[in-house]
Amino acid sequence: MNGLSCSAVTAAYNGSSVLDGIDLSVEPGEWLVVVGPNGAGKTTLLRVLAGVLPSGGEIRLGGIPLSSLRRRQVAATVAVVPQTPVVPDGVSVFDYVLLGRTPYIPYWRMEGPADLDRVADVLERLDLAGFASRPISSLSGGERQRAVLARALAQDASVLLLDEPTTSLDLGHQQQVLELVDGLRRESGLVVISTLHDLTFAALFGDRVVLLAGGTVVAEGSPREVLDAETVATHFGAAVQVVEGPDGPVILPVRSS
Amino acid sequence: MSAATLPLTRPRTRPGPLVFSLVLLVIAAAGSLVLGPAGVDPWGAILEVLDHIPLVSVDSGLSEQEAAIVWELRVPRLVLAGLVGATLAVSGAAYQGVFRNPLADPYLLGVAAGAGLGATAGIVLDLSTSAIAPLAFAGALVAVFAAYGLARLGGPRRTGATLILSGVAVAAFFTALQTYLQQQHADTIRQVFSWILGRLGTTGWSEVAILVPYAAVSWVILIAHRRHLDVMAVGEEEASTLGMDPARVRLVVVSAATLGAAAAVSVSGLIAFVGIIVPHIVRLAAGASYRVLLPVSLAGGAAFLLLADLIARTVQSGGELPIGVVTAFVGAPFFAFILATRREVAA
Repeated sequence: MNGLSCSAVTAAYNGSSVLDGIDLSVEPGEWLVVVGPNGAGKTTLLRVLAGVLPSGGEIRLGGIPLSSLRRRQVAATVAVVPQTPVVPDGVSVFDYVLLGRTPYIPYWRMEGPADLDRVADVLERLDLAGFASRPISSLSGGERQRAVLARALAQDASVLLLDEPTTSLDLGHQQQVLELVDGLRRESGLVVISTLHDLTFAALFGDRVVLLAGGTVVAEGSPREVLDAETVATHFGAAVQVVEGPDGPVILPVRSS
Repeated sequence: MSAATLPLTRPRTRPGPLVFSLVLLVIAAAGSLVLGPAGVDPWGAILEVLDHIPLVSVDSGLSEQEAAIVWELRVPRLVLAGLVGATLAVSGAAYQGVFRNPLADPYLLGVAAGAGLGATAGIVLDLSTSAIAPLAFAGALVAVFAAYGLARLGGPRRTGATLILSGVAVAAFFTALQTYLQQQHADTIRQVFSWILGRLGTTGWSEVAILVPYAAVSWVILIAHRRHLDVMAVGEEEASTLGMDPARVRLVVVSAATLGAAAAVSVSGLIAFVGIIVPHIVRLAAGASYRVLLPVSLAGGAAFLLLADLIARTVQSGGELPIGVVTAFVGAPFFAFILATRREVAA
């Protein structure tokens, strides 16, 4: 298959286990949302899948073991949108998005016209053309997140990993960013794996939801299967009511007393 | 909107900063050429230099002695000052990029302490001047190598911060050794100090010849890594996810910058502050992209040290100030001024 799969993946920080026996499989065009309480290992899972954190078990990209690929080959397959991307000082949006072409530029070379064209395409696609010469640090939260997505898109990867892509965005911009990702994965058949804190958004955009707790998968399935009030209460310690909305389950917080 | 109909192209890099630093370099070089205690006719000095360009033959009208002052003293000195300034500035910029630390420069990883120990050993052993430079060079490389080795002891996941801390430890150790040696041989203190404070005064073409190959290799490798340094600006983890190997880039860049800086200090002594002040002034004026920063730092560093040397040898009648004193004495307040007036831009 062309997607991403992993089996028996483990990871540890300083000897203490953070991930324990994770099995996942995501098809092209599918959006898997990883939810779970703080400290469940969500970010660690994404770092492991991106190949920047050593791990046990096996991860396969399009059937090929991740461990057999070189750094730049991984980057040409897996693009990462970090939770809090570093915003370099004095770099234009164009040059920032150009960083996404790094896996395609040989070590001793500079970017070529094809790389610049690709960046221009991506900027147009994400409605960032008007921002091309602006310093990335001058952009608002929503614009900046689009620029980070643009960089990931310029990587021409088939797998997109998003770590809490809506953090610090207002409701409208959260929606915009998620709709954008949704459109992109449909257009290009991307594998999308994202973590999301907002369970309603998780239900709205995820084809499948994985609930991670204590470093293991405790529930996996359609949003409706995973996100019931009892499961959320057990693993998040949250009192919620799950009601049926127009586009799927809506997870409503309620007073516990 | 008209912008939407135009084909989207990469924003152009403004040529202003590079042009300005090159103009400053030419002015500083010309000043260094025509000014001096010997009172050589300025126009004659310029013609004398032109006469040494292959296929150009002009009569400078200088006496044989004046011609020698120009071609054997002033020109090698200004060339050396330019090479040293450019090398220290570009290696400082590269260190700051690879460690993402505004205070990083080759001195931080022990280049200065190692070179100081090597030079002190040479002076204490009463070796000739020509033997001191290689010892200083070796000391600088040994110190940085030791810092790298020490950082590796911490495990395979060593980061930039580990390396800087190792460098600080190694520098402290080497400085202690150097101070001990110096204290045991108090009669050489004056010589040691004059080396440590930096000098370009006793130089001739031989020092230039020593430095050129190292500086050239260092410059070429660092400039070739300007794109990598821009990628490193997003941090090691993001750089990894973009397909870069931060540890490899760091090793190559640190090696190249160290080689250049070690060669520079081994012929000029420990000239302070150039590797910090020049890149930061350039950043404030021209932005943080290493595609601009590295070339402008080369030209700006050369101009800065030429001007400092000009001050060092003209401000005090009948003697010279150590150039390291001038770079710090003039550089620090100027730097403070820039920081204070351009704070909005820096933030």
